[in-house]
Amino acid sequence: MSTLLNRSCPAPLKHSTIQLAHGGGGRLMRQLIEEVFLEPPPALAWTERHDSAVVPLGTERLALTTDSYVVTPRFFPGGDIGKLAVYGTVNDLVMSGARPLYLSAGFILEEGLAMEELRRVVASMREAARECGVRLVTGDTKVVDRGKADGLFINTSGAGHVPEGRSVHPRRVRPGDAVLVSGDVGQHGIAVLSVREGLAFETPVQSDCSPLTPLVEALFSAGVDVHALRDTTRGGLASALNELALDGGVSVLLEETSVPVNEAVSGACELLGLDPLYVACEGRMVAFVPEPQAEVALAALRGHPLGVAAARIGRVTEGPAGRVSLRTRLGGHRLLDLLSGEQLPRIC
Amino acid sequence: MRYVEEYRGAEEAHRFVQALHARVTRPWTLMEICGGQTHAIVRFGIDQLLPPGLTLLHGPGCPVCVTSVETLDKALAIASRPGVVFCSFGDMLRVPGSERDLLSVKAAGADVRIVYSPMDALALAERLPGREVVFFAVGFETTAPASAMAVHEARRRGLRNFSLLAAHVLVPPAMEAILADRNRRVDGFLAAGHVCTIMGMEAYGPLARAYRVPIVVTGFEPLDLLQGIHMCVAQLEDGRAAVENQYARAVRPPGNAPAQAMLQAVFEVVHRTWRGIGPIPSSGLGLRAAYADWDAERKFGVSAVGGREDAECRSGSVLRGLLKPPECPAFGTRCTPETPLGATMVSSEGACAAYYRYRRFTGP
Repeated sequence: MSTLLNRSCPAPLKHSTIQLAHGGGGRLMRQLIEEVFLEPPPALAWTERHDSAVVPLGTERLALTTDSYVVTPRFFPGGDIGKLAVYGTVNDLVMSGARPLYLSAGFILEEGLAMEELRRVVASMREAARECGVRLVTGDTKVVDRGKADGLFINTSGAGHVPEGRSVHPRRVRPGDAVLVSGDVGQHGIAVLSVREGLAFETPVQSDCSPLTPLVEALFSAGVDVHALRDTTRGGLASALNELALDGGVSVLLEETSVPVNEAVSGACELLGLDPLYVACEGRMVAFVPEPQAEVALAALRGHPLGVAAARIGRVTEGPAGRVSLRTRLGGHRLLDLLSGEQLPRIC
Repeated sequence: MRYVEEYRGAEEAHRFVQALHARVTRPWTLMEICGGQTHAIVRFGIDQLLPPGLTLLHGPGCPVCVTSVETLDKALAIASRPGVVFCSFGDMLRVPGSERDLLSVKAAGADVRIVYSPMDALALAERLPGREVVFFAVGFETTAPASAMAVHEARRRGLRNFSLLAAHVLVPPAMEAILADRNRRVDGFLAAGHVCTIMGMEAYGPLARAYRVPIVVTGFEPLDLLQGIHMCVAQLEDGRAAVENQYARAVRPPGNAPAQAMLQAVFEVVHRTWRGIGPIPSSGLGLRAAYADWDAERKFGVSAVGGREDAECRSGSVLRGLLKPPECPAFGTRCTPETPLGATMVSSEGACAAYYRYRRFTGP
């Protein structure tokens, strides 16, 4: 009988090679993290599942995070890889209640990348950092042979300070909590897809990429005891809720009619056979707040230009850990499951 | 969104539901024949609103699910060839052949790409003259005209580096196979609206008459489906068995003549093996001899490739409406979307996957 704690050899993975779906923010990615990175003894000292780690530093708390950016195309309606590399990492810090302070930037450049393109990306990073009030304090550059990378990959790591009295973590989610979303979902994914696939929609869709710092600060300023936050990036709103529900050991019930989706995104999704609830955003988050504070929290979000479309979309319920279900507009129910990997467009 | 929101109104839906509750006097079993409808039924929770005793079965309407293992193994063999750019609709990528799927072939270095239309694959062939571009032509009569158009254009422009792996299937023969089954559980059909948009409704009259079964051509939005179900139930309650058209805003009885002419010019009707069901005579479309040079099966010499189906998979019974997904012993345990035994658990339109994704837990 082997116990989970002292296995001498790793359990065989179903896949002997890395599949794209391992990076898709769904079930396979969770498996990868559990079976490789957290295989006992874990390579990561920090086994908390959260967008960033909160560690002690003297008497203060420091939030640390890292994220890599490999988006194709590098420029898309409403943003670019440089902006994403700053906002994305800033947002991961903010999701643990931290105030972002410093970023590092690592570049992997492919031989042959146009210098002008790199300049544009760096200028965009500089501008985004200024906007977020963070400083890019250190960096690194590697150049690889042509064909060894897709033009340009960026990794940014971030550090921030968690103010006294804030405790934002999936563990704090309780049955009865209200679930809020900071705006309409799916814009970023559709914007990128439209450029990548050369799909021209009647209404061009802009990426929603933006920093979430002002929205989170607005919640704290309003005195909201924020339980948990998660940005709805890979795998979209549904995946973020699944992660929080799993990590918080609760169920979540959503109201389909309350989830804001703008008309262009909704039309594009209908056309492509995609579910907007699973489409990536880059400037949206879900917030779990105590029920009595739900209206105050909503008003705080809506009071900021980035949160005008914020909505209350559901509540936390007692039930199996990780069950996210949706009451459809017709009154039926369906599960919002964690996908295996990326969503694939449906044929008909 | 115009032409979508109008067909999703909760109030109107509840009027149909009430009308159904009032109309049904005994148990009936209806089958929808299109994966898009299966998907919508489960996505909107329509089956949960129906009167007890009114059962919806999900037919072999997912083209991804019914593509045979042999065809998939051929696709995998072609995609693995050096120099090939293999183009497919997205949801075919995860469907397992005998041993692998297109995604794992891609992970091993093959150039597999998702396209949204066969015309996109044709444009690739034009852009990449040094490569062999192959389009995996799956789907019912709905997607077949675009495949025909792409081959026709390839021939017209003299593009010899483009070919089609033809796996198109036809709906009426599959309905007949289900109707002719001695264990049939189906009392009435919802016919696939988009298929009929192309092919019209003529093929269904003989089926309705021969098997005394009502057939209602139905759309895909919640109100379409509820109205289609209501029309079908009304026929059953009245003892009628006619072909009716719920989806008149898109379907005209003769169908789309130019699309049919294009199909006729490029394809001929062939026997085809359906995954989970087996061979159905005259149920597929293959390329005519005039287009043999654009036939990927011939071009790459994979005609002899065979396939093995997982012995435990009961998808055949699911596709024929003899078994509901949760009734399968492997459902949700040995068979999940991550480790699918068969195609019905892979495709987002597959009945097993729809149940797994939306219904794994009972209750709200």
